[in-house]
Amino acid sequence: MTKAFKIVVLAKQVPDTRNVGKNAMKEDGTVNRAALPAIFNPEDMNALEQALRIKDKYPESKVLLLTMGPGRAADIIREGLYRGADGGILLTDRKFAGADTLATSYAISMALKKIDPDLIFAGRQAIDGDTAQVGPQVAQKLDLPQITYAEEVLEIDKTKIQVKRRLERGIEIVESSIPIVITVHATAPECRPRNAKQLMKFKHARTLSEEHDNEHNSYLPLYTMDYLKIEEWGVNEIGGDEKNYGLSGSPTKVKKIENIVFQAKESKKLSSSVQDMDSLMKELIASHTIG
Amino acid sequence: MNNIIVYIETDNGKVCDVSLELLTKARSLSVQLGCKLEAILIGQAVEPLVPLLANYGVTKAHIADDKRLENYLTLPYSEIAISIIKKENPQIVLFGATSIGRDLAPRVSGALNSGLTADCTSLEIGSHTDNKAAKTYENLLYQIRPAFGGNIIATIINPDHRPQMATVREGVMKSEPLRRPTECEVCKVDVEKILNDTHFIVKIIERHIEEKKIDIKSSSILIAGGFGVGSKENFDLLYELAKVLGGEVGASRAAVDAGFVDHARQIGQTGVTVRPKLYIAVGISGQIQHTAGMDQSAMIISINTDASAPINQIADYAITGDFSEVIPRMIKAYKNNSK
Repeated sequence: MTKAFKIVVLAKQVPDTRNVGKNAMKEDGTVNRAALPAIFNPEDMNALEQALRIKDKYPESKVLLLTMGPGRAADIIREGLYRGADGGILLTDRKFAGADTLATSYAISMALKKIDPDLIFAGRQAIDGDTAQVGPQVAQKLDLPQITYAEEVLEIDKTKIQVKRRLERGIEIVESSIPIVITVHATAPECRPRNAKQLMKFKHARTLSEEHDNEHNSYLPLYTMDYLKIEEWGVNEIGGDEKNYGLSGSPTKVKKIENIVFQAKESKKLSSSVQDMDSLMKELIASHTIG
Repeated sequence: MNNIIVYIETDNGKVCDVSLELLTKARSLSVQLGCKLEAILIGQAVEPLVPLLANYGVTKAHIADDKRLENYLTLPYSEIAISIIKKENPQIVLFGATSIGRDLAPRVSGALNSGLTADCTSLEIGSHTDNKAAKTYENLLYQIRPAFGGNIIATIINPDHRPQMATVREGVMKSEPLRRPTECEVCKVDVEKILNDTHFIVKIIERHIEEKKIDIKSSSILIAGGFGVGSKENFDLLYELAKVLGGEVGASRAAVDAGFVDHARQIGQTGVTVRPKLYIAVGISGQIQHTAGMDQSAMIISINTDASAPINQIADYAITGDFSEVIPRMIKAYKNNSK
């Protein structure tokens, strides 16, 4: 019996918040978001690797990337294709704007209903928000079980999957039926690098919007090569109740944002005195660097 | 009616610290709001923990006791929590931001279609005016949390949806029992009525608590030592500072080669590259091989006896002095100023 799984990897394009060094700070000490590169969320990369490993074992399997974001988020779908995925879908619609985790999960779950996968992988959390909520909320919306903080898929067959989870102070090995939502932890193996063959094959993969905007200079028109087309889905494609999307579907609102101001611009010289240490610690606590 | 509910997490038959911290905070919020404090306690043979909850001001404990609930499982635990919350209709529900709380809370919020804020470091009660709708909300829960990789602090509210839900980080709030325990009513949950076999499709095959792996890459605070630290024993001070600040210990290649620390802690070109929020370089001169692996740190503090050490050029704060004097003073100053 040949085994094949339809696997979806949920991925997010995020600003590289780990890279907020001095050059990413504005004059006033606040974060210059524009200066941060947009990257494939790191733990979603770990999730992609877990999906690709299943495809290694069962080559008939298909790995699809699903991301929600603006047009440029197609970049991370291409990145996934270069590393071994088979296709991707970009969820993009003005009606999704302003979504909190709940409204995001609703949109993603509606798209997943349309795809109907056997397995759904996602990173544990995205580095811009660190909430870790979308995975479990998607599982809940689809009424599927969830396994969070996965480190490794130990075994899989047509009906069940065994996964090693990383907890705060230990590990747990759990078994479940499929379909299931699995969120992958940073301690899971890193994603394989780009593959030269995949890179050549998918170099011109793009969305219809990119095609219209002529962002991708390619001599290959999209319609000649079906696999090059990155699908774009909006509310019209996935259906659902419009009031559950975007701002109106988001119970949480941001009341206030305070930028943490980094005061030290140039090296401040301190002695080892008790007074100097006391004022240093006060500054670090006040700037939320520690404590 | 519209009380505050805290989800009580247990570990090996004991209530976790984070739950006691939450109860302490929730108690003061309940005084402010003029409501009562309730708790959800799920597990096996958990009823003996009720007196402790009463010590922390809980007036009603919802208990789900079943041998199948010995270890945390997402589906049955969330199903029980959802059913209690639907019945009690609280205005606020709080969870610890632990492996369990962060697995459970989003599942519960999804089912209730209520908002959830992760990893709060502070909770307050306040009002909010929606200018567009010309509407003012009183007594909202301000859920305050770092975001954007710790570079901003955001205050989140849920104006229209109830309950207002949040997970709260461990160790950020005080834990204080009452002088006299409250009267605590025990409400037993009929587990059989809520659960069926489909809730147990995820099974735990094996479970063990291990020693934590050294993981300097994901630590937001690093205390790194160089050859200047002088010996393996001297590194103990660095471990102590790391423990107090909630960070990890790293090292330069010179310190690793000298046998002061394990190779897994090496930072630099031949080790790992790190970008923590705070990097404290102790007795590290700052050769390019080392700084290449840490110069993207958001804040760098150097402790060195040599004021002209190259590391001071990239440091935000350069402390000139002997680390064996400096570190104990830092620890003392931190303890004096925190909380």
